[in-house]
Amino acid sequence: MALSNKTKAALLGPLNKNNPVIVQVLGICSALAVTSKLEPSLVMAVAVTVVLALANVIISMLRKTIPNRIRIIVQLVVIASLVTIVSEVLKAYAYDVNKQLSVFVGLIVTNCILMGRLEAFALGNGPWPSFLDGIGNGLGYGWILVVVGFFRELLGSGTLLGFEVIPRFMYDAGYANNGLMMLAPMALILVAVIIWVHRARNRELYEETN
Amino acid sequence: MDAISLIVRSIFVDNMIFAYFLGMCSFLAVSKNVKTAVGLGIAVIFVLVITVPVNFLLENYVLKQGALAWLGEEYATVDLSVFSLLIFIAIIASIVQLVEMIIERFSPSLYASLGIFLPLIAVNCAILGGSLFMQQRDFANVGMATAYGFGSGIGWLLAIVGLAAIREKLEYSHVPKPLKGLGITFIVTALMAIGFMSFSGINI
Repeated sequence: MALSNKTKAALLGPLNKNNPVIVQVLGICSALAVTSKLEPSLVMAVAVTVVLALANVIISMLRKTIPNRIRIIVQLVVIASLVTIVSEVLKAYAYDVNKQLSVFVGLIVTNCILMGRLEAFALGNGPWPSFLDGIGNGLGYGWILVVVGFFRELLGSGTLLGFEVIPRFMYDAGYANNGLMMLAPMALILVAVIIWVHRARNRELYEETN
Repeated sequence: MDAISLIVRSIFVDNMIFAYFLGMCSFLAVSKNVKTAVGLGIAVIFVLVITVPVNFLLENYVLKQGALAWLGEEYATVDLSVFSLLIFIAIIASIVQLVEMIIERFSPSLYASLGIFLPLIAVNCAILGGSLFMQQRDFANVGMATAYGFGSGIGWLLAIVGLAAIREKLEYSHVPKPLKGLGITFIVTALMAIGFMSFSGINI
């Protein structure tokens, strides 16, 4: 693959050392609320990636014409229009998932990842790097969601994407689903565990104070 | 009576942070000491109490299907709810701007203490979340919507002040190195959320 170093950094950095969720603490709200099952987590990950990439490209193309003082409003309008489109598409093609996600599709508008990337990257870079940055950050956000959703569904209801994966004889032998995993606080604990593992492997990310 | 029970429910049972994780970003970032946490909490209450009823009126007299009936027969079937996201966020951003100007004009001391938090609130998920939940729940009148906004704001304040107090004490405890900072904050929040779940069966 003939990727320059800069492209690589824009695309792959957010997956690991610059991860938007576990390093930059952006977009936590939706990361926690939609992950009780794997399917909504996947849909949410895709939705955020699409919105983020497109918003990044649009703002990056407009960056020389937007007056500095009203840029927040312009950004919000661009994001809100994109999210409205995504939410209408979801309503049309994936109605059940849309029901499960409820208000959280709409809340992509205030997802801090979007504002953060638009402010920090798209306002200062061309459309193509911005697109890569959007995809990278969307995926970085997505993999956390998918990991959390995977464990919560597996341990909480013994299924993955709705199919039973824990064999019957395990239940007969006394195994029980951990109902606590389905409750919201366990998402926080799981993210904390991911942070723990991630920081243990990347010592330079240690924080000095609590 | 309904309004009071709605306020209590939205403070404890449907707490914005512990039940829906709304407004987490600023919740985690601004909870390092109690003083700033109180400032941000008050600002959130302020903005929620204003934006939820305004968005409620817009929803019921402009956006909802049939909401435009007061304009005349031919508008009775118009459904503008597709635009609700755009309208809500525009209203929130402009009201935050407006509130900022009003506070600056009439109470410079409050303005100084809220400082940078006011503009940040425009992109706080708790504010937009309040309006979206209001749309979903179909409140009977403006009073109920205001009560909901007020209760949710109080709940948010309670949560952020609690976390800030715990984090101030946490300063002196021995936390495993990789968990320091963000990690332990997540776990503390989770434990607080489990505590708040004991309210979930309550019917008032």
